[in-house]
Amino acid sequence: MGKVVVVTSGKGGVGKTTSSAALGAALAQNGEKVVVVDFDVGLRNLDLVMGAERRVVYDLVNVIQGEAKLSQALIRDKRLETLYLLPASQTRDKDNLTPEGVEKVIAALQSAFDWVICDSPAGIERGATLAMRHADIAIVVTNPEVSSVRDSDRIIGLLDSKTLKAENGERMEKHLLLTRYDPVRAERGDMLKVDDVLEILSIPLMGIIPESADVLRASNVGSPVTLADNRCAPALAYFDAARRLKGEALPITIPGEKRSFLGKIFGRKAA
Amino acid sequence: MNLFRFFSRTQSAPAARERLQVLLAHERASAGDSDLVTKLRDEILQAISKHMQIDDDKVRVTMERGPQVSTLAVDIEIPFDAKKAA
Repeated sequence: MGKVVVVTSGKGGVGKTTSSAALGAALAQNGEKVVVVDFDVGLRNLDLVMGAERRVVYDLVNVIQGEAKLSQALIRDKRLETLYLLPASQTRDKDNLTPEGVEKVIAALQSAFDWVICDSPAGIERGATLAMRHADIAIVVTNPEVSSVRDSDRIIGLLDSKTLKAENGERMEKHLLLTRYDPVRAERGDMLKVDDVLEILSIPLMGIIPESADVLRASNVGSPVTLADNRCAPALAYFDAARRLKGEALPITIPGEKRSFLGKIFGRKAA
Repeated sequence: MNLFRFFSRTQSAPAARERLQVLLAHERASAGDSDLVTKLRDEILQAISKHMQIDDDKVRVTMERGPQVSTLAVDIEIPFDAKKAA
């Protein structure tokens, strides 16, 4: 049985889709069998970020409505044999996502893959609650910024009350993925530090993704950042996060706190 | 001038941290619609409107949510003929 992971945040634009693609690819690069599922019905973008936008024939809603088989809707990545994408519908109404339909699809995916990564839409409505409903593990993507932290807190509350795990009295495993972190601005006191966010949200840290031009560059060419340049700082951070997701106890280094004396003087990024 | 501003500028992250801590303490407490201050506000207005007609424009309700205590101020103009109108 594969593990179901939801990548969620409440707020839009913090990096859910980028992180879903990067973590999915990172796991697949290590030989795991992975499917990334787009739950953002009407505003799908995972296909674009993963470079599969021209290969979408059927989607999640088609499968739920019985118009296509799951195997027909799954798109295999051209670069990684063990990475698959299940796109969201772009034209259908999100009311077509039914709880029963989603449950069936997730169960089928779970029996065929090691990891089922659900890319949640922003907000706290149907798409978002269904994306988190069957999760074993939640990754809360947060920017070091007040509105993102507030929305993450709200989402953590929903993860602890509106998911199957919560309703069965089990504890939902939650991890924080801090994205767009700029160590120089944090050091200067103009950005919340890692510890600030951790203290406020009080869930364990899965990784810190530094603010980097490499992320935009990767999405421009339709490639998860871990595939586009597997040596760049955000890719390395995602590889580490993926190892932690697999249960490895990998120590976390906070970008900027290992900066050299000269680096400090000239304010250069270590990341 | 720019150099002066660079050195004299206060850090903004501590403010972000403090504002979030206060806000989230309230939001967590009020999850499930049990926010005491909001409830009080509604009930106080209800109780008053039983005895007199309240002109919505003449009611000012202000709330201040602090880290330790919150304050709720209800400021209502009561006209001479309030009783008759009710």
